[in-house]
Amino acid sequence: MAASAVFILDLKGHVILFRDYRGDVPIRYAERFITKLNELEEAGKVTPIISDEGVSYLYVQYSNLYLLIVSRENVNAASMLLFLHKLREVFVHYFNELEEESLRDNFVIAYELLDEVMDYGYPQFTEAKILSEFIKTDAYKMEVQARPPMAVTNAVSWRSEGIRYKKNEVFLDVVESVNLLVNSNGTVVRSEVMGALKMRTFLSGMPECKLGLNDKVLFEAQGRGGKNKSVEMEDIKFHQCVRLARFENDRTISFIPPDGAFDLMTYRLSQNVRPLIWVECTVEKHSRSRTEYLVKARSQFKERSSASNVEIFLPLPPDAITPTVRASQGTAVYVPEKEALVWKIKSFPGGREFLLRAKFSLPSVAAEEEPHGRMPPIAVNFEIPYFTVSGIQVRYLKVIEKSGYQALPWVRYITTGGEYEIRMA
Amino acid sequence: MSGDGKYFSTTKKGEIHELKEELRVLDKSRRKDAVKKVIAAMTVGKDVSPIFPDVVNCMQTDDLELKKLVYLYLINYAKSQPDLAIMAVNTFVKDSQDPNPLIRALAVRTMGCIRVDKITEYLCDPLQRCLKDDDPYVRKTAAVCVAKLYDINPELVEDRGFLDLLKDLLADSNPMVVANAVAALADIRETSTQDLLVLTNQSLFKLLRALNECTEWGQVYILDAIAKMQIKEAKDAESIVERVVPRLQHANSAVVLSAVKVVLLQLPLIADEAATKALIKKLGPPLVTLLSEEAEVQYVALRNINLIVQKHPEVLSHEIKVFFCKYNDPIYVKLEKLDIMIALANERNIDQVLLELKEYATEVDVDFVRKAVRAIGRCAVTLERAAERCINVLLELIKQKVNYVVQEAVVVIKDIFRRYPNRYESIIATLCDSLDSLDEPEARASMVWIIGEYAERIDNADELLESFLEAFPEENAAVQLQLVTAAVKLFLKNPQPRAQQMIQLVLTYATQETDNPDLRDRAYVYWRLLSSDPEAARAVVLAEKPVISQGTATMDPQLLATLLGNLSTLSSVYHLPPSSFVTRAVHTPAPSLDNGALLRERTATDDGAGSSAGVSDGAPSPAATAAPQQSSSLIGDLLDLDISDPPPAPAAAAPPPPSVDELVEVVNAQSGKGLAIKAGFSRENNGPVFLLQLANGTQQSLDGFMLQFNKNTHGIAPTSQVVSVPPLGPGETAGASVPLTVNPALINPAANPNVIQVAIRNNQQGVLYFTSACKPEILTAPAPSATPLDDFFGL
Repeated sequence: MAASAVFILDLKGHVILFRDYRGDVPIRYAERFITKLNELEEAGKVTPIISDEGVSYLYVQYSNLYLLIVSRENVNAASMLLFLHKLREVFVHYFNELEEESLRDNFVIAYELLDEVMDYGYPQFTEAKILSEFIKTDAYKMEVQARPPMAVTNAVSWRSEGIRYKKNEVFLDVVESVNLLVNSNGTVVRSEVMGALKMRTFLSGMPECKLGLNDKVLFEAQGRGGKNKSVEMEDIKFHQCVRLARFENDRTISFIPPDGAFDLMTYRLSQNVRPLIWVECTVEKHSRSRTEYLVKARSQFKERSSASNVEIFLPLPPDAITPTVRASQGTAVYVPEKEALVWKIKSFPGGREFLLRAKFSLPSVAAEEEPHGRMPPIAVNFEIPYFTVSGIQVRYLKVIEKSGYQALPWVRYITTGGEYEIRMA
Repeated sequence: MSGDGKYFSTTKKGEIHELKEELRVLDKSRRKDAVKKVIAAMTVGKDVSPIFPDVVNCMQTDDLELKKLVYLYLINYAKSQPDLAIMAVNTFVKDSQDPNPLIRALAVRTMGCIRVDKITEYLCDPLQRCLKDDDPYVRKTAAVCVAKLYDINPELVEDRGFLDLLKDLLADSNPMVVANAVAALADIRETSTQDLLVLTNQSLFKLLRALNECTEWGQVYILDAIAKMQIKEAKDAESIVERVVPRLQHANSAVVLSAVKVVLLQLPLIADEAATKALIKKLGPPLVTLLSEEAEVQYVALRNINLIVQKHPEVLSHEIKVFFCKYNDPIYVKLEKLDIMIALANERNIDQVLLELKEYATEVDVDFVRKAVRAIGRCAVTLERAAERCINVLLELIKQKVNYVVQEAVVVIKDIFRRYPNRYESIIATLCDSLDSLDEPEARASMVWIIGEYAERIDNADELLESFLEAFPEENAAVQLQLVTAAVKLFLKNPQPRAQQMIQLVLTYATQETDNPDLRDRAYVYWRLLSSDPEAARAVVLAEKPVISQGTATMDPQLLATLLGNLSTLSSVYHLPPSSFVTRAVHTPAPSLDNGALLRERTATDDGAGSSAGVSDGAPSPAATAAPQQSSSLIGDLLDLDISDPPPAPAAAAPPPPSVDELVEVVNAQSGKGLAIKAGFSRENNGPVFLLQLANGTQQSLDGFMLQFNKNTHGIAPTSQVVSVPPLGPGETAGASVPLTVNPALINPAANPNVIQVAIRNNQQGVLYFTSACKPEILTAPAPSATPLDDFFGL
């Protein structure tokens, strides 16, 4: 049920790091992995988990590296893949950047980390912040010998004791990201909101926190569902610091937070929401070689809100020549490497509509065979500050620490465009 | 940043020698640099084992970093220098008593990784101490070390009572220690036949309590361990569900998937229907959220959801939209989503689904487009009331004249015709328009089948067929076969001279010039039929075909149950039972007597071991689908033997096996679907016997055990097929000894002399096959009481 070894390879399959945990998959299997991977790539059958001659390969790619786990057993695949992502985070935390160079330059630390994060193929301790308390990059630290911090084995494994701040503050960002899929005929196929409560804590000691939201389930349980505005979140996921059993019981969100930045919770709403920014693109083909886009972008939220940093990606055919653009607002430029026109609007107030007209031509002699396949969808990025789609509200954030300090909570709301796909006709 | 990259630059020639020199200098930092160079060389695959003693000499140091490097070196090379590895023992033992817990843990962790038999004895005392260390960090490391030691020397672990110490750690005050103890016990259980995680109320409660407090990985170990426990009581199931359901809210997807698995496994035990419904409803949203994870994790989730919706479609029946593909999804995610879309498509959502599929059918990736077209066909075949809409979409696609779309469409339309005969044939004309563009065998074969089948409705069927026949010798075999049949059909439906000419041409070629026996045989059959009795030919060739069934994607229920019990693991990703790809060696526990031989054996019934070709396609292997038949036939048929029973002999008595020479596990609980079998040959009462130990790990009582040997070099066979064991209740183990005889009719000189193939069946599970190692000595060994051999053979 465990990993046999962890490899870190460059894209050609050369071993950069290799940690053998169980002694049943030797280093030469790196080569087999690459051979098999190339084979599958050619056949168009690549999957993140490969089985070959009794050995399973689970891998993720990051910058110019493969992070690879091999096993001969029926390992927990989800756990192993997530471990690789966690390992990536740990390395990034340590080396700022994770790529071939930085790994080689830090291979001693990397091996130390590999020894700590996994034992006999079982993931152990992967909190980068706590790890860095006893595995240090500083070469001259060895005067005082490190000891395992309490947190490594504590029930509170994400926070060390003895943290001190002069000013105790908590920043809470409520970020909602809108995913949208619109069909080429203009109907909304799917829309969902992925919400996240992102926290940054600068709190001394071991603070007990309690967070109150306008949670519909809680309000109904307390018998005040009627008049108060509340939100119904479909699937809530919590950071491991939140006491899940307690939440299951009475919907109380209580926790001892890690130090610094983390995602306290994420949630999902899948009821249909009106697309906040609506884009329509009419394609007019004047002749074989001359095409014109007429694009309408409309903001469909209240006038007192305003979207900022709006970017609309309008895909063009790869062989488009000399596009000329006119926009009623913002600027639009052709970005050939993205095969798209990027229309940027700094500020887009609610209830407004802007237009863009683009003309371009195609080579008069078409390629021998018309390339099949439609254009990629239109993508939209935006941010709407002080606004949430769901109407979620932080009612309170209580911080109680035995030293009795007063902590200042700061709350911000923002909505952004997520996977926003509008299919071209 | 330290810039250790420089250690990788080498001086090539004489490097090893230079390193040796550098390792011997007194200056500490230069020595450390040298060790770093050694590790760098090791990493790039150079053999630096010749300087083993010099590196190990650096081990005695206060520098933790240096120590770790030397340990790393040891892990990699101790095996190649087993004699020198002893040098390290002293330092290990000393370090395991260091005041710093980090060093104690490091020592015990590393020692366990040095897989040298000689070292293991020295490991025992430190391990014993560390298992009871005051510091939880040391205890959690020691817990895992027990599993390491068990892998090297299981007897030592049992003799020293480490298993009991490990079980004690399940009650440790520290949740991390509990989690690692669970992981270690589960690890040991994989290779041992003992069930080390036997469920007691107490142990279950301890695990559930630790679940709330340990790290995310620890939660996965505990949940996976609970999933493997045989829960029988409804109240246990209820308390498990109560504690596990909150885990569905965990940010770590592995915790979520394992929690889903545990909940699903308890469902059958929960009698309250409303409670079951509520639980199933709770599983949906967390599964949906998994789809916003990293693509690799999404892939695992989708493969799992595929299984879950086969068993409980209601979990996600309203969520089909979340499986619609995003433009930037990796192709492996898109393909999995398509499968789930097909599974969840119904008459309410089919319009939306078709709109999506049509959208996909115009994308760029050819594989994806093809699969989208197939998906439309599948929907048509499964959803009768939507078939027409599906066909309309297919026709629209055909009109776009994209070559591979047309070909794929022709293939699925053939299936639709088979499913709904005489309903949609009006579209044949459209199909015929695209005839020229078909160049793939499957599409051509499908088209030819359609022309033959509906020859009377296609005005120019003969012309169309003729156009195919021009290149008959070059066609793919599948197309040739279809052409032969189609020509015959055409002739029978419309026996004109032109058709007659055509058929003669085809049959002549197919009988005289082809090397393909299938084609030749089929042609001969038609020829004779046509020449002897055209009416009979008509009856045969134009017979009504059975309508094809719609359930093309259903999985064997038993396999599905196995896979659902393995959610989140590789098994659930491959859609294969673990026994078909797990290649880890399995220990048999030391025999209860004094026999010290360490038996390591692969499970004999690992029929798919090592050959998991095509696994990534997720196709169930034949081994996997061959569920035990519930046949009541006598076991004699099972190995296809044609023999009369050997001469009657007194039925075997005395069930408890006496002096067991060595029993080897031949079927493990996994491959035996809960039944584990150990077997071996021995002598008893001056005669050869086959000793069996049957451990029933299933939830039901097993009875009616019968046994049969395949023909073998010795002609050995049981005197009676009946294995005299009492009915085996769940969790019970029984032994049996089956007297053997020699039957000349059963001699097969070509068989492997060292093993005997055995089939065993019981009334509940059907038949299991395994091989058992056989020493010919059991037949000839001089019996202690010097019984004349004649007597033996006279049995």
